[in-house]
Amino acid sequence: MAVLDRPAGAGRPHVVASPPGTGVEAPLPDRVLMKGNEAIAEAAIAAGCDAYFGYPITPQAELLEWMARRMPEEGRAFVQAESELAAINMALGAAAAGARVLVSSSSPGISLMAEGMSYMAGSRLPVVLVNVMRGGPGLGSIGASQADYLQATKGHGHGDYRVPVLAPSSIAEAIELVGDAFVLAERYRTPVMILADGILGQAMEPVVPRFRSIPKPTADWILEGAAGRDPRVVRSLHIRPDELEEANEVLQATYAEITAKERRWAGESLDGAEVVVVAYGTAARVARTAVERAREDGLRAGLFRPITLWPFPAPALREAAAGARAVLAVELSAGQLVEDVRLAIEGTVPVFHHGRTGGMVPSPDEVVAAMRKAWAVTPGKAPTRPGTVTPETAPGGVR
Amino acid sequence: MTMKPEVGPLPLRRPATGTPDAPAAARTIYRRPILLSAQPTSYCPGCGHGIVHRLIAEVLEELGVADRTILVGSVGCAVFAYDYLRLDAVESPHGRAAAVATGVKRYRPDRVVFTYQGDGDLAAIGTAEIVHAAARGERITVIFVNNGIYGMTGGQMAPTTLAGQKTTSSPLGRDTRTQGYPLPVTELLSLLPGVAYAARGCIAEPGLIGKTKAMIRRAFDVQLEDTGLSIVEVLSTCPVGWGMTPTESMQRLESEVMGAYPVGLFVDRAKGVGQAMPAPVGRASPAGGCAAAAPGPGVPAKEAGPARPAEA
Ligand SMILES: Cc1ncc(C[n+]2csc(CCOP(=O)(O)OP(=O)(O)O)c2C)c(N)n1
Ligand code: SF4
Ligand SMILES: [Mg+2]
Repeated sequence: MAVLDRPAGAGRPHVVASPPGTGVEAPLPDRVLMKGNEAIAEAAIAAGCDAYFGYPITPQAELLEWMARRMPEEGRAFVQAESELAAINMALGAAAAGARVLVSSSSPGISLMAEGMSYMAGSRLPVVLVNVMRGGPGLGSIGASQADYLQATKGHGHGDYRVPVLAPSSIAEAIELVGDAFVLAERYRTPVMILADGILGQAMEPVVPRFRSIPKPTADWILEGAAGRDPRVVRSLHIRPDELEEANEVLQATYAEITAKERRWAGESLDGAEVVVVAYGTAARVARTAVERAREDGLRAGLFRPITLWPFPAPALREAAAGARAVLAVELSAGQLVEDVRLAIEGTVPVFHHGRTGGMVPSPDEVVAAMRKAWAVTPGKAPTRPGTVTPETAPGGVR
Repeated sequence: MTMKPEVGPLPLRRPATGTPDAPAAARTIYRRPILLSAQPTSYCPGCGHGIVHRLIAEVLEELGVADRTILVGSVGCAVFAYDYLRLDAVESPHGRAAAVATGVKRYRPDRVVFTYQGDGDLAAIGTAEIVHAAARGERITVIFVNNGIYGMTGGQMAPTTLAGQKTTSSPLGRDTRTQGYPLPVTELLSLLPGVAYAARGCIAEPGLIGKTKAMIRRAFDVQLEDTGLSIVEVLSTCPVGWGMTPTESMQRLESEVMGAYPVGLFVDRAKGVGQAMPAPVGRASPAGGCAAAAPGPGVPAKEAGPARPAEA
């Protein structure tokens, strides 16, 4: 693995100069080490992000700092706003003017952006938002958390709207999802959120420094001045109830199409799994290790990892869990993802939850123990061993 | 009342009159500006918003920039401004117009971008956004219609409401002890080096309306000159919220409101009018050296004092 010859924060790792006069492209280093926040920022730049607006907040600040240097280098718009409220509305304006826009923040800042997100959804503006989640409620902590799941998937601003939410569980995947987020946002004219957490944002991982450039579709609604055509208006206001209902039906039809076409997930060791662990983001990293350990110990466990949190890949989860004896949601929250898991499973398999909060991250062994407990207290479709099972007598025994 | 905008592309040039085929008729002394739609407005009789719309339409038409202008709307009685002004337009959440305009202008620096905001919108919920857009010197124009009240929501007290003025949320009259003092936003903004032009006009009578139009014209000129933010505050009426007839409300503008909010030019940096607060500028300042002593860009170091309009 090649490592950057400069500190990761100091350069442009994807740009490698050709040896002069050779006309031959210098080979890209196989891998470079990048912080999640920086990788997301660079991926957005490569994708063709025209404008970035943000406000400093831990654990997201490196993303803003990277943009502060790189966007002007590329001749693109960067503003450090006076608040997240201002940042999201700058994004709204730039998007209305046809810019491809990225905005990032962490939990308390996302709460302030909620108003703008509702307006952007109502005005059908494509903007990509990154939430590098930290512990809450309130000022909470700066540790990694997944406590904004419900806010991201069901809430933030007012009104009947949804925002597609993409959840990377590695930095390499985050890079991929930044490009996908722009594609989704522009295809469906909607804000899209990338839901990361403090560990994904802050940790350094080896990544292949090939960032995708995303072609920008033409649009017939952007504002550039009404030269030789009717004036255009970008708005969410429809004062007549019948007109607002009509506009809402367009939104709902869009959400139905997104739900039908864009659900994404990844499965690991799901074939014949007796305990299906459901986790995303950093929790999925822990869960993967836990599943491996459990399998080594003889417990048939599998991992279902939703990548779109909205739309939630409910049919796939239901299918993956059909033969299981228990489903266990693991998350860095007191129990938010588990609500969608229950809705997906519809009572067909018992659903359990294991969560840590406040910036605490469960250990793999902790998750293995939760899996064994879930296994033990459920009867199972076809019991694999006779007699009464307890967590201690479940496959694998006490570690 | 329908809200449908007119159809058909914007005629950017008014057809010439007095051609051999169509000899000039009587001299036109009043016409609807091309940029003003024919649609009846939602404004009450005697409301000042319509007058301000007209002035903007006339100015943009005269400048010939309408086809590269983007209107950033706001929330207040003028929320439907985009139905009356035939321009590309984007709506903003209440108070956020200056931030929205920042986003538009940063992406399209070659376009003319202006906000149209009421006093509740700009001087209460949107204070942070306007102050920081001004501090950054965003190349936008702000048309700030100050009627001293929240017109749209039923005539509640605004930060600009005069001391003692009765509103639906200051039924005994604004008590400065508990409800504070009127906020002179334009004076405050004129202290900032990022503000290239700041003036206050009024629509009380035709002479003032003419002066106000000249201010709006200059504000857009300043944007085209690319020197900083330009703002025109327009003292306007809300007969309904004030509990007056249209005539009484016009009289009140002159007899009361203009006394509290003097009309005139505060800042026109290019013409040497107005002095910004000495801003602590760091090493990037052309003078270099000590940050604390350096005045802002284009700011004379001496004589920085409280803003007062240069003309009445
Ligand atoms: C976040 C939010 N808070 C409150 C409102 C309600 N509201 C609509 S217009 C308005 C005040 C408008 O007053 P002003 O800006 O002075 O405009 P005017 O109607 O007087 O022209 C308020 C409070 C809103 N739309 N959004
Ligand atoms: S309520 Fe006041 S500001 Fe609103 S339209 Fe009527 S007169 Fe104008
Ligand atoms: Mg008002």
